[in-house]
Amino acid sequence: MSNQTRKFKGGVHPNDSKALSKDKPIQDAPLLESYKVIMHQNIGAPPELVVKKGDVVKKGDLLAKAGGFVSVPLHAPTSGTIKMIDKCPGPTGMSVPSIEITADGEDEWGAPFVPMSDWKNTEPKMLKQRVWDAGIVGMGGAGFPAHVKLSPPEGKTIDTLILNGAECEPYLTADHRLMLEQAEDVALGAAIIARILGLETAVIGVENNKPDAIQALEKVAGKYGVTVQGLPVNYPQGAEKQLIYAITGREVPIGKLPMDVHCVVQNVASAVAIADAVVKGRPSIERITTITGKSVVNPGNWRLRLGTPVEKALEFVGGVNEQPAKLLLGGPMMGIAQSSLGVTVMKNTSGILLISRDEVSQYSSDPCIRCGRCVEVCPMSILPATISQAVENKRFDWAEELNVMACIECGSCSYVCPSRRPLNQHFKRAKIEIQAELRKKK
Amino acid sequence: MSETETTPTIQLPDPAELIVSNSPHIRDNHNIKKIMFTVVLSLLPACLAGIWFFGFAALKVLLLTTVSCVVLEEGWNKLAKKPSTWKDGSAMVTGILLGMNLNAGVPWWVCVLGAVLAIILAKQLFGGLGYNPFNPALVARVGLLIGLPEIMTTWNVPTAGKMMADVTTAATPLGEGVKNGVFSLGDLFAGNVGGCIGETSVVALLVGGALLLYFKLIKWQIPVAYIGSVFAITGVAYLIHPETMHSPVYHVLSGGLLLGAFFMATDMVTSPMTHKGMLIFGLGCGVMTSAIRLWGAYPEGVSFSILFMNALTPLIDRSTISKPFGYVTPGKGGAE
Amino acid sequence: MNIALIAIVAAGVLGAVLGIIIGIVAKAFAVEVDERVEGVEERLPGANCGGCGFAGCADFAKAVVEGRAQPGGCPVAAPEAVADIAGYLGIAAEEKEKRVALVRCSGDCANTVRSLYNGVRDCRSAVLVAGGAKGCDYGCLGFGSCADACPFGAIEIRDGLAVVHPELCVGCENCVAACPKNLIIMVPATAEVHVYCNSPEKGAAKRKVCKTACIACRKCVKASGEEDHMLVDGFLVKTNYENPPPPELVEASACPTSALRLASKHVAGGYGGASK
Repeated sequence: MSNQTRKFKGGVHPNDSKALSKDKPIQDAPLLESYKVIMHQNIGAPPELVVKKGDVVKKGDLLAKAGGFVSVPLHAPTSGTIKMIDKCPGPTGMSVPSIEITADGEDEWGAPFVPMSDWKNTEPKMLKQRVWDAGIVGMGGAGFPAHVKLSPPEGKTIDTLILNGAECEPYLTADHRLMLEQAEDVALGAAIIARILGLETAVIGVENNKPDAIQALEKVAGKYGVTVQGLPVNYPQGAEKQLIYAITGREVPIGKLPMDVHCVVQNVASAVAIADAVVKGRPSIERITTITGKSVVNPGNWRLRLGTPVEKALEFVGGVNEQPAKLLLGGPMMGIAQSSLGVTVMKNTSGILLISRDEVSQYSSDPCIRCGRCVEVCPMSILPATISQAVENKRFDWAEELNVMACIECGSCSYVCPSRRPLNQHFKRAKIEIQAELRKKK
Repeated sequence: MSETETTPTIQLPDPAELIVSNSPHIRDNHNIKKIMFTVVLSLLPACLAGIWFFGFAALKVLLLTTVSCVVLEEGWNKLAKKPSTWKDGSAMVTGILLGMNLNAGVPWWVCVLGAVLAIILAKQLFGGLGYNPFNPALVARVGLLIGLPEIMTTWNVPTAGKMMADVTTAATPLGEGVKNGVFSLGDLFAGNVGGCIGETSVVALLVGGALLLYFKLIKWQIPVAYIGSVFAITGVAYLIHPETMHSPVYHVLSGGLLLGAFFMATDMVTSPMTHKGMLIFGLGCGVMTSAIRLWGAYPEGVSFSILFMNALTPLIDRSTISKPFGYVTPGKGGAE
Repeated sequence: MNIALIAIVAAGVLGAVLGIIIGIVAKAFAVEVDERVEGVEERLPGANCGGCGFAGCADFAKAVVEGRAQPGGCPVAAPEAVADIAGYLGIAAEEKEKRVALVRCSGDCANTVRSLYNGVRDCRSAVLVAGGAKGCDYGCLGFGSCADACPFGAIEIRDGLAVVHPELCVGCENCVAACPKNLIIMVPATAEVHVYCNSPEKGAAKRKVCKTACIACRKCVKASGEEDHMLVDGFLVKTNYENPPPPELVEASACPTSALRLASKHVAGGYGGASK
């Protein structure tokens, strides 16, 4: 495979601040007394509850089964008793249904799956079923069910599998540490996904600011028939469409999926989860999360179980030195701001980040001075300034004409805006209004 | 061991003080103020050159226009009960540009009148910074030029270095025919010619333009397209009628072309945002300027042509929207 | 003199020619309009609010004349105007009860926990960020999307809470669609007693974030005795608008959170800030 890398147009270069945690090895979090597992952790239909209050569960036991094809099951993060099925603060600020488990301290595995150590000779169909049964979603942030991406509809051929190890978000180092410490698992996961898709090989794309991870992967890559490709450091290099362009030179058409250009993209953490599910028979009940920020006492990378409250996670790292301005789930460019410490770790929580007051972005409603910086950095080559003005005037039809639907909400435009305009929020609004209008027409 | 020793108190964030907002949560350190003060810095060489050649009279004009613009901006905000904006520096930039577009000998009230035209008529009546369709300093200059042609076209003789010299009037490079075109290219380069305060010194303007390009506040497209098209068109005219026309180099170096091309046409608010649009904008300015200079009633056409192209900016922006990443022409199907 | 004459003659001739052309075009391309449509339109309020579901008053007038809509379909027109239109067209006027908008929330800044929100000052945009940064997931965000949508200026944003002035409300329902929290419902203008809360959460959870939430203690239900003036819906009590309670019920039930309110007193700001 040719290693010619293309540079996408636009992008920004924020201070990556990864030094805070990039040299901190992954630590296993101590067992807590209770976990609050948020029910709906995937894009698509919510899973259906199969336990009730008072039930005793073992680690890895099914809590909820998939509620449809675009849905994944949910498993118990430890052994214990179902204490309550109630609401808890969700990542979007609204209360969401959750399952509270009181741990019995034994942390004893049930027997969810039979390991498929001979995966090379296992039917791809069986492997895919295992991915679904294990409840694996895109762990980079979106939470899209992994098995759906591995099921191209009739007539769509896949010729390239890309593992996303770009980790272009500043501050986050979870994928970096994972690729460094578990390079073999990443490559193994890649090989398993390739087998499911009927491919011989896979490409792992890593931003060039992680030379140690690239080196570690290259050492094991040959053994599993995968290749590693260094990518230019440019946010949002890890955005699916930009990543596909960098590696294959193909442009995913607006409103289409990677499979429309014969590509499948999976996050490296998802690949490791898939390897664990197939070879070790383990469901997706934990993930690596970077807990960091300038105000954090001891930033680091932690293996956290689903349902770990952010409050406890912050205790693992020694709390904070000073009051931060924002608490985020995810990175600083696309993460979601929280107003409660009660929100819990989900399958797509790549980071718990505290943003300090001196670096925080404060939005204002100052007018656009048409400096054009947003146009320069937009990786989708749309006109953020003009679209935001259309949205301010509630002209969503203009916004649609100006291709607001192509926006990937990477936030590069808001990052550079000298008037500190809330551009990204305007686009989110426009997309929702346009989709509502579409539904009305149908 | 006591309890406190084994578990040191851990400070956690206070959720009541956490801000929620949409992503992104960090930003680079650019802001309007920084942009405006960098523009002021880039204008300084040309201002200093103007003061050197036209003496204290030039300094007086520049100070008067700048102070008037800032005071008017703040006064308007007070009257309209809008938040204070003078600190963002945009009124200061307008004031300096206005001063640079006047000649050193104008009476004080012309400076103030110009500031009223620029800040009140051209900027605040349209809604303030960001909403003005025309470059405020140019609106003021053109307003004054039409209303007070005598005052606005009486040019001072440069008195290089003699700060207190008496003001005497003189011709401008473009005002005279070729037969009397007595200015050497060297004088044009230095700025030792008659004209507005800020437009005469080619060297100082080039330094300022280079600063703007270095700080990435302007793109090369507008100045290059503008100056290039003037050079090309006047060059053709010169080839046809060398005896009655100025040479293209003379055209580029004289008058307000460089000031206009680097500082006025590139005004962010009133020029296009797309690269293609910038080229069209610069080209349009160049064609208009050449046409006015070669065939128009006025010897100079930079102000008029930039204002005219300002009016076309929304149209240019609309018609030069670039193809988004992954755009598929409707009806053409997928990526295959 | 000569030039002036030529100019006058030329302008006159040009004017005459163009006038004739306009006259011909107007005749040739005239659109037949049912004069009754204009008659109905004249009798309509002319607010063009769209509350009838048609594209403005002219479109509605056409629909009425063609029998696709009833004169009473205009939510703005006073009963006299509706009767006038019906009389003009010679059809029967439907009796219509006047309905006004009600914002089912009493969580102003003093009563409800809020997070520090930084972003677009518009409910429909704010709701995309942490649900609008209000402690209560169901409460009024107070950025005034409803007030912006109201063509009659009937909605006031007071201390972070939208309040409908019933005397100004004509019932066009534009605000109902504008509210991202679906807080606004249409109620009979004659009803005086409302529950100013819309949260289906448990009482304890509601009280944590709001001092004036309905905690479903049912005091008002008991106070209304045999009459089913108040209906219980999960952890929320609602006014039964089929059988609205008398104003005295508010006094009699002594609502502990003052979620049950008299509309007139609520609009006048009579409930002030915090309650006990």
